[in-house]
Amino acid sequence: MPEFVPREHASVRASVLAPFLALALTVVVSLVLFALLGKPSGAALHALFIEPFLSWYSFSEVLLKTGPLLLIAQGLAIGFRAKVFNIGAEGQLILGAICASALPVYLPTSTSPWLWPAMMVLGALGGALWASIAALWRTWLNASEILVTLMLSLVASQLLNYLLLGPWKDPAGFNFPQSVMFQYEAMLPTLLPGTRVNVSLLFGLAATLAAWVLMQLSFLGYQLVVGGLAPRAASYAGFRGGRAVWVSLLLGGLAAGLAGAAEVAGPIGQLQRSVASGYGFTAITVAYLGGLRPLGIVLSSFLMAVITIGGDSAMVTADLPVAAVRVVQGLLLIFYLAALVGVRYRIVWSRIATQATS
Amino acid sequence: MSALAFILAGTLAAATPLLLAALGELVAERSGVLNLGLEGLMALAAALAFIVVYQGGGHALAFAVGAVAGMVAALVFAGAVLTFRANQVAAGLAIGILCLGLSALAGRSFESLTITGLPKLEVPLLSDLPTIGGLFRQDIVVWLALLGTLAIHVMLRHTKVGLIVRAVGENPRAAQAIGHPVIPIRYAALAFGGCMAGVAGAYASTVYTPLWADGMIAGRGWIAIALVVFGTWQTGRVFLGACLFGALSLAELAAQVVGVQLPSQLLASMPYLVTIVVLGLISSNRRRMRLNSVASLGEPFEK
Repeated sequence: MPEFVPREHASVRASVLAPFLALALTVVVSLVLFALLGKPSGAALHALFIEPFLSWYSFSEVLLKTGPLLLIAQGLAIGFRAKVFNIGAEGQLILGAICASALPVYLPTSTSPWLWPAMMVLGALGGALWASIAALWRTWLNASEILVTLMLSLVASQLLNYLLLGPWKDPAGFNFPQSVMFQYEAMLPTLLPGTRVNVSLLFGLAATLAAWVLMQLSFLGYQLVVGGLAPRAASYAGFRGGRAVWVSLLLGGLAAGLAGAAEVAGPIGQLQRSVASGYGFTAITVAYLGGLRPLGIVLSSFLMAVITIGGDSAMVTADLPVAAVRVVQGLLLIFYLAALVGVRYRIVWSRIATQATS
Repeated sequence: MSALAFILAGTLAAATPLLLAALGELVAERSGVLNLGLEGLMALAAALAFIVVYQGGGHALAFAVGAVAGMVAALVFAGAVLTFRANQVAAGLAIGILCLGLSALAGRSFESLTITGLPKLEVPLLSDLPTIGGLFRQDIVVWLALLGTLAIHVMLRHTKVGLIVRAVGENPRAAQAIGHPVIPIRYAALAFGGCMAGVAGAYASTVYTPLWADGMIAGRGWIAIALVVFGTWQTGRVFLGACLFGALSLAELAAQVVGVQLPSQLLASMPYLVTIVVLGLISSNRRRMRLNSVASLGEPFEK
């Protein structure tokens, strides 16, 4: 029987190897699963992991998807390290999209060059405001932020439906649940000419830098990490737990709200249901897979964007349903979390050795 | 039919999927493990159970398949958190994502198809009463769920097995020291919780609303987790909470019966909004929360 024996020091090698081990296991299990479904496994894997790199267009779409994932995951990871579990980034993203859309919806003729920057600010504030409800509930009423943020996501999605079917529905939109198309000034500037990649990728990179500075260099970041690792030590040191909750949720909401604003002002170009396409939930996987570290998240958000775009082409080339991407994502996360055991434990196979050490 | 009679008749059936899932989660949490994957477990079981009934396998087999699916998924989660010491919150979310994906994958060719549910069984005489008569016309699963609630209450409160499960949750080291193996007991509690979530999912898709649609669980797994907190880890209060939410989910239909004009999205959000408000009210009593909550909940166990 294999046994896990605690290590003296955390293993750096194991923490670097864990994501690769998880990826390998995910590939093997997905192959078996796709074969069981009667799909061409090889073609499916090729589509998921290789095809996104085969044309400039699909690669640029990968970059387009990386932006919001990177941005949201950086915000969430700060909270996760402080053990504040904001799992409602999807709702904060929706609120960000709604608040940003208010400007072009109510000022459809504005040609101000400040229109899109103002939308970004409104979006970020909207996301932070939505998250602050959960922060208030946690600090004032002691209510679990896990459940409150999730419930707020479900409410946000109903609010979106209400606006799209009611007051914000485009009168000339053939009764589709969508707002008017935004004017040129409401759209984010393109970053790479000839593609849909816009400056939201820069928001993600800026968030990476900010998260790195906060967590590596600042005293506040140190307090957050200590509060997450050793809550008692943190409270003896006088670090206030309430502040960690507020900082975590506000930053998470800010990032998700900005991502939502950048979606409606970017690839979508209007407010519609497709803005709630699951970035907020995927970003949770991205944050963990990146080891909750700013640089790791750059890699994991890119990987998840590849799988998402790959999933689209697998739909065409291997007749694989979109849901397969969610399965791959779930497998990846569960294998990664299990593989992390090697960081703090070493595996001992023989029974005698186990007894000797325990 | 008056709105009151309508709500009285429908509450128990609407509460059943919440109740079953919450009771399973209650037992798992009593042993010290938080399983946040409930929504996914219910969805996977719902999809598979629907397929069984649609293909002519019958409801008994459908419920068995749902229970096994929920149990297998819960055991995967148990392996990750108990053997591989994964973070319980993250692993719960992961298993939820995985099972939601699998449910969509399995149910893809069955989207929006419908089947027939189960007949209602009446309590003689009582079901003929005016207004409250509907309360006594329920399908067999509702009656079994009521019996199950009682059984779990008795099991947790008055039997040795219940005492051991609670001891493992309150003080795993002490339980281990007097010879109760913590890890196997937690495996068993999680497996039971998975079974119950599976039965709850199967009920949702084959009896309560006999159809399959991706996302049909619609947050009920999360509400079930919240119900355990509302009930402050007590079976009876979890049952009352489930009934409250069952009645609430009928509010949308009842409002139409009475003719109230409210945006349907507001009515659809009511269960979520009420969850947020009630969660705040109950949790704000910090003393009661500390007294009733499970001491080792969410913490990994080291020998």
